[in-house]
Amino acid sequence: MIPVIVISIYLVIIGVIGGLAFRKSQANTEDYFLANRSVGEMVFFLSLFATNMTAFAILGSSGQAYRQGIGIYGLMASSSGLVIPLTIFFIGTRLWALGKRFGHQTQVAFFRDRWECDTIGTMIFALSALMLVPYMIISIMGGGTVLAHLSDAGGTQAPIIPYPVGCAVVAVVVTLGVFLGGMRGTVWVNILQTTLFLCFGAVAVVTISHALPGGFGEYISKLAADPKTSFLVTREKMPPQAFWSYTLIPLSSIMFPHMAIMCFSARKVTAFRRTVVLYPLAIMLIWLPCVFLGVLGAATLGKVADADGILLLMLEKYALVWLAGILGAGIISAVMGSDAHQILALSTMFTKDIYQHYGGREKYGEKAAVYFARAFIIIVTLAAYVIALELKTKQGIFEIAIRYAFSGFAALAPVMVAALFWKRSTKWGALAATLFTAACLIYFAVLQNTRHPGDIIWQIGQGKEAIKVLFLNPRGDVSFWNGFMTVVPMVFGSALCMIIGSLVTRAPSQATIDKYFPEQISEPSRRSARLQPAFSATKASFTAG
Amino acid sequence: MKLKTILLTALVAVIYVLHQDFWNWKKADPLIFGFLPIGLAYQAGYSLLAAALMAVLVKTAWPKHLEDVQSEVKEQKGDHS
Repeated sequence: MIPVIVISIYLVIIGVIGGLAFRKSQANTEDYFLANRSVGEMVFFLSLFATNMTAFAILGSSGQAYRQGIGIYGLMASSSGLVIPLTIFFIGTRLWALGKRFGHQTQVAFFRDRWECDTIGTMIFALSALMLVPYMIISIMGGGTVLAHLSDAGGTQAPIIPYPVGCAVVAVVVTLGVFLGGMRGTVWVNILQTTLFLCFGAVAVVTISHALPGGFGEYISKLAADPKTSFLVTREKMPPQAFWSYTLIPLSSIMFPHMAIMCFSARKVTAFRRTVVLYPLAIMLIWLPCVFLGVLGAATLGKVADADGILLLMLEKYALVWLAGILGAGIISAVMGSDAHQILALSTMFTKDIYQHYGGREKYGEKAAVYFARAFIIIVTLAAYVIALELKTKQGIFEIAIRYAFSGFAALAPVMVAALFWKRSTKWGALAATLFTAACLIYFAVLQNTRHPGDIIWQIGQGKEAIKVLFLNPRGDVSFWNGFMTVVPMVFGSALCMIIGSLVTRAPSQATIDKYFPEQISEPSRRSARLQPAFSATKASFTAG
Repeated sequence: MKLKTILLTALVAVIYVLHQDFWNWKKADPLIFGFLPIGLAYQAGYSLLAAALMAVLVKTAWPKHLEDVQSEVKEQKGDHS
């Protein structure tokens, strides 16, 4: 009961912060979606990090470590610690500048303008929205799982907050916060959330170490000595091809709409400086304890029914009840922080890229756009909630994320890189890359649902020399060329489509190239190219306001 | 291409490659601090290295020209008010 009370207090605080942000808000979309592009340095880091970390970082990581061992840290965390800050450094800063100069609020708006084409923006919007929804569902599922585990008195009774109610609580609290406070409320809440879940790992490790007689070393040595469990403390069962493939997955991060939109919200570009340096450390602070405790759970608790709940089981067994409540609030923070940004991002995209782009603002005005955004938030959360209930028994948190969202967004990264750094890139190249990504996702989803683990779809040669070009590995994941993950052909295929598609079609107009690559033209033209669209955007927002 | 760009690109590439620590693949020992398997400790150290790399990039390759954007936009807003 105590953990439930602690979490309830936390949820009330979140609601109050959302209400305060609502009182400070203005009735225009730039304020609602981007907090007037006024987010300061440290808050920007805390908020961007909260945007990026989901239930997947805490529950998924410990669950996977319980199943597969320590390799999960190198597989996802340390590679993310390198690749994500690099993408923020090279791509995030440029997106911020384009938002300031030209008034873009989403990456779709940038793509449309950059390639002088509505269709490419609409295509990327549709694909991004389809891939973002599963990610949102993960957050709600994570919240439901946490609340159910923390309220079942260590599994000795039925949970006070059953899974469907837990999912509903998370969905309602997040929706209310976003609905009322928009980006400002979400960012304020993130300060508390990120602080909580950054502290979570260290506190959990210290607490559990005190409860284990003999300390961690004894349990880890025991795992290493037993041939049945030694794989948990090495990577002997982890294919090197998969380990390398995963280094491409973090390319997805900056392509997630909620991450890109956050980049537009910073007040100054200098906010990115501290963020990129702190990012790898923050990832380590969360992932290292979670992965370690997941492995330790295999040694201390043995077989459990729900691997994704291993961390919660350990907290229930080894932490004091009130502390388990606070730690549970830390997990819920990770869940809610990202979920709020995902919902807000979907709403931003739908309002700006579809509703306003196709005439909604002219017809109904700027204020109506904010009402529209709020209505959209309710509808989309309701849909995500229903799906979260349906999928609970079908697939683990980790699998859903990887199969449908991460690989797809990673494959769209070449489109962003080309848009920012390659002036010869064209809408046809971008369209080819987007269609290629969509086709791969559909094909791989069909394979995963119609074939069985171990099935070979395409093989070159016979016997020991044979190369398995496309097959399902024993876990049921579609794999490529003797064990590489699908993200590899998707990223390189998408890049190839982008390059070939651009080279064989006509370049964008000189005016657009001058606008986005002003360093190539003379100083007077450059100032004009930079400022003209910004004049229009500012004028439009003044007029609307 | 400038020498600085080449050196920084090489540094990023080397650190990217260092992620593939095949030499730790099948061993758990030694346990660092008495409890952390070597493969996990190496990757934790790699995270620190990534942070150091980003600090170097911020120091030496920061896109300073983007800092002008803020003042340009302010200047433009001022012109219009």
